[in-house]
Amino acid sequence: MHIIESGNAAAATGVKLARAQVIAAYPITPQTPLTEKLSEFVESKELDAEYILVESEHSAMAVCIAASTAGTRAFTATSANGLLYMSEQLHWAAGARLPIVMCVPNRGIGAPWTVWNDQQDTISQRDVGWIQIYANDHQQIIDSVIKAFRLAQTVSIPVMVCYDGYLLSHTYMPFDQPDQSKVDSFLPAFVPAHFLDPENPGNFNAITLPDVRPNSDGIAPGYIEIRSNLHEDLRAALDTYIDIDKEFEKEFGRGGNPLVEEYECDDADFVAVCIGSLSYQLRDVIDIMRNDGVKIGVMGVQMYRPFPDKVIVDALSGKKCAIVFEKALSYGNQGALYGDIKSALYNSDKRPFVHNYLLGLGGREIKTQQLLDALTESCTSPETIGDTPRWIGLKL
Amino acid sequence: MKTREFADKISRSEPGPGDGGNTGSWRVLRPVINLEACIPVKLNKKACFNCWLYCPDCVVSKTIPPVINFDYCKGCGICAEECPAGAISMVDESTPIEEGK
Amino acid sequence: MRKDIIEVRWHGRGGQGAITAAKIVANAAFVSGYKGVVMAPTFGTERRGAPVSTSLKISKKKIYDLSPITTPDIVVVLDHSLLEEVNVIDGLKENGLVILNGYKPLSEYKFEGMRVAVSDVTTHGVTAGLPPGVVNSGIIGAFAKASGLVDIAILIPIIEKEFIGKKPEKNARAAQIVHDNTVVGGI
Repeated sequence: MHIIESGNAAAATGVKLARAQVIAAYPITPQTPLTEKLSEFVESKELDAEYILVESEHSAMAVCIAASTAGTRAFTATSANGLLYMSEQLHWAAGARLPIVMCVPNRGIGAPWTVWNDQQDTISQRDVGWIQIYANDHQQIIDSVIKAFRLAQTVSIPVMVCYDGYLLSHTYMPFDQPDQSKVDSFLPAFVPAHFLDPENPGNFNAITLPDVRPNSDGIAPGYIEIRSNLHEDLRAALDTYIDIDKEFEKEFGRGGNPLVEEYECDDADFVAVCIGSLSYQLRDVIDIMRNDGVKIGVMGVQMYRPFPDKVIVDALSGKKCAIVFEKALSYGNQGALYGDIKSALYNSDKRPFVHNYLLGLGGREIKTQQLLDALTESCTSPETIGDTPRWIGLKL
Repeated sequence: MKTREFADKISRSEPGPGDGGNTGSWRVLRPVINLEACIPVKLNKKACFNCWLYCPDCVVSKTIPPVINFDYCKGCGICAEECPAGAISMVDESTPIEEGK
Repeated sequence: MRKDIIEVRWHGRGGQGAITAAKIVANAAFVSGYKGVVMAPTFGTERRGAPVSTSLKISKKKIYDLSPITTPDIVVVLDHSLLEEVNVIDGLKENGLVILNGYKPLSEYKFEGMRVAVSDVTTHGVTAGLPPGVVNSGIIGAFAKASGLVDIAILIPIIEKEFIGKKPEKNARAAQIVHDNTVVGGI
């Protein structure tokens, strides 16, 4: 059934359909309506979950870690500085291989204070060992939340579902609300391999020596083996997510582009690349330029960690130019996605030129005309623009 | 690279015009000072000024008599709450402003 | 830049319910066959009493651009006092439509080159049994009458559903009364 609701409501509905069992969250704009909605679901008994009030984001993630370690399906959500406040616990959740799911409506980071959208918060947390999925509209938000729980428990790695703050969290658009019975068959109950059990005592994630150690089973991994396994399993999660998405598509009739979402890319000479709802805004620009005879397309990166480098190289090799638009950067260097894409393309025989535009930080409005101007310039002189990131829309 | 003033490197603001425009339009209740009860007016010296001190928008002047800048006063009523002489009352915004007050 | 999108900008004050009004119209438009419906409120801190605006885009096709409206086809003004404070017709397309909650007759409102529709939504709301100042349900009736985009018969059940627990029948009645008492002018 289609309903018209906010992106945050779409996320909350996904969490309800996924039957999360423990929710702990601390309110922060623009995430707040999501957690309010969840507490309403718990209060009205539409969702049979324990909603645990906490005094900070660090505690929210700590509660989720405890709940997940005890074998329950745990969920939290935050934004911006709240995400950074839980950063230490993010690393822990990944290292402990806990299938926690978290929504992050993306917001810029203070100082100076901003409540508006950019993607510096989650992009700066790309190296914590979590899977990062980005949604472009409300349908993708609710679908991604459901798929995220399935992925997390399949690979034992926590998943962030990210979507642009305000632009998606606070806008209203129609989306289909999947049937509970179908979600139940798609997403079986979480059965942990190991969990905290008073009947069967164990010690999880205590001090682990630099070298391997003997234990009752023979030999146990040291720190470096455990971390290497996390990396290998993250890489393997790319294929796992493709399989999960295929199953989802069979059940619900939606999906088919879990890692990157391409629009008009097949015969394109030029491809715009970005993360999040901007990739949808760019579609209108692509249509305008196609009308004028420019062979151009746009690719939205849906999964950013693990990085789908092979898919991206296949899509971009042989093109004249890839134009990367970003709402976040590695300060003192360049856009984070830009660096990742260039690195992925290094071994390709048919490397395109790659350009980098930074825009929209702190919610600065992105005008369609600005995108059109930037793309036109990149398409007109792909070889002369060079490697330095260019800013769009600076006024002073 | 051009040299920047420190003020351009950070976000800094002062009382006065800002993002909200003339925030006085948000007002539902308007503070009116009864000058006969106002301590600095009565004593004719710089005293009290709790209204000036507590105003979150810095729209009350530290003068005799205190003057409220209605372009930016949002009508929060903190001045009326804090005035030890009870000299400030909050009146409905639709009440006409009396001359000389 | 897409020609197929009808852009409606709603002007109200924080707390007045412009978002709810736009959401109800969005639902009705979707039910009426407009598959592309996007409603975007003013982003940021909510300030009671401050002028706010909400963008509603309607199209037969999916809408991808979430940026605020700059060249509306229709503007809806929930609060008469906003006319002195906000340039509500900013960017309004030629022959655009202004839908006003106003107590004066149509001839008193002049917007060069624009069509104007007026109804005294505040008074009609009271007639419907709502407390004074509740205008967001009523203004929907004026929108239906003046724009012709959505039928009042489709709106009424959506209003009743949206206002569950908040006087649904009276809000629906307000929309109906306003609908029947909206004066629509020419150019």
